[in-house]
Amino acid sequence: MDSSRRTSDAEAALRSLFLRGLDGDAAAYREFLQKLSAHLRAFLGKRLFGWPDEVEDLVQECLLAMHNQRHTYQSDQPLTAWVHAIARYKMIDLLRAKSAREALHDPLDDDLAVFAESAIEASDARRDLGGLLQTLPERQRLPIVHVKLEGLSVAETASLTGMSESAVKVGIHRGLKALAARLRSKAP
Amino acid sequence: MKTDDLVAMLATGATAAPRRAAGRRLALALLAGLPLSFAILFTEYGLRRDLVQAMFWPMFWVKVLFPLCIAAAAFVMAQRLARPGVPVRRAWIGIAVPVLAVWAMAALAWFNAPAEERMPLLMGESWRVCAVSIGLMALPVFAAALLALKGLAPTRPALAGAAAGALAGGVGAAVYALHCMELTAPFLAVWYVSGIALPVLVGAVLGPRLLRW
Repeated sequence: MDSSRRTSDAEAALRSLFLRGLDGDAAAYREFLQKLSAHLRAFLGKRLFGWPDEVEDLVQECLLAMHNQRHTYQSDQPLTAWVHAIARYKMIDLLRAKSAREALHDPLDDDLAVFAESAIEASDARRDLGGLLQTLPERQRLPIVHVKLEGLSVAETASLTGMSESAVKVGIHRGLKALAARLRSKAP
Repeated sequence: MKTDDLVAMLATGATAAPRRAAGRRLALALLAGLPLSFAILFTEYGLRRDLVQAMFWPMFWVKVLFPLCIAAAAFVMAQRLARPGVPVRRAWIGIAVPVLAVWAMAALAWFNAPAEERMPLLMGESWRVCAVSIGLMALPVFAAALLALKGLAPTRPALAGAAAGALAGGVGAAVYALHCMELTAPFLAVWYVSGIALPVLVGAVLGPRLLRW
């Protein structure tokens, strides 16, 4: 029962951060993603204990997927259910890619468990997102590098690259989606 | 890249995300596809000549409204399936009830008709083209709905594709009903339901291929 208490506290805290993030509060969004990654690490680590090396890759893939699909969350829904469904989808995708269904040691269905624990310590991801970023076409890579990594504004990036502001925004959006697709196809 | 760096990257410059995107994007898909379905109707088929008169016959409205009920339920299903962790709940009943109702009406008409009139009731004049025509009318909405789902996050892609197919099939059948001359329940029960089932099956097959994210 301690764990269920912790779960509902985490739900409330994460949800309010996420909702602020969805309204455009980048600081709250960052805190949300940080806490979320710790929960995902614990949740996936427990279920993928056969492949500890995969955990950090999958945490990153989930984070990117949740960011890219964040518009599919509606506030009338428990955040736990949304996060769990995505983590589960990505995990099954990975397991399927490894064609190792028999390795499902743990039932995947208790969606309360996502926030039950958190693991702060990140091991190194094996896939290099930074390297994958280099493979994106320039119209996607430059907006991501300037806006998302260097922290420039959309307007500054537009004048720096000679792209229009809307092209910068589209470039970020499509680039992150392309990155997610590359992560998926790279699944070992 | 370390996970902390990824978090920083995703959060930097993050702007407000659109709310209620699933319902809105599917509605947009409908708005984009429907005029094309009507364009196919007008250019390839044409309205039935006695359309105004037909509007006084209850069977005409059964023919238009039963597919629309299916489309409405499929819309609800699709927008739930497009969002991770949202249960579909009972939306499927909205698809089952109109189909069962038409089947019941068909059984009634079939058994009340003398044996030699039964096959004409079932086949009408246009059974050959009906299901395929409905599939054709459904195509624009089907493509637009799949595109909308692709931008959302269906975790059960086969079911989501099928729901997109039911939405498109329902709309397509309702549009085709403005051309079609048939007015018997057995005809609707077999050929209209087949026409709607066609995009449902195609959607269930294409979903897992097209809707990965």
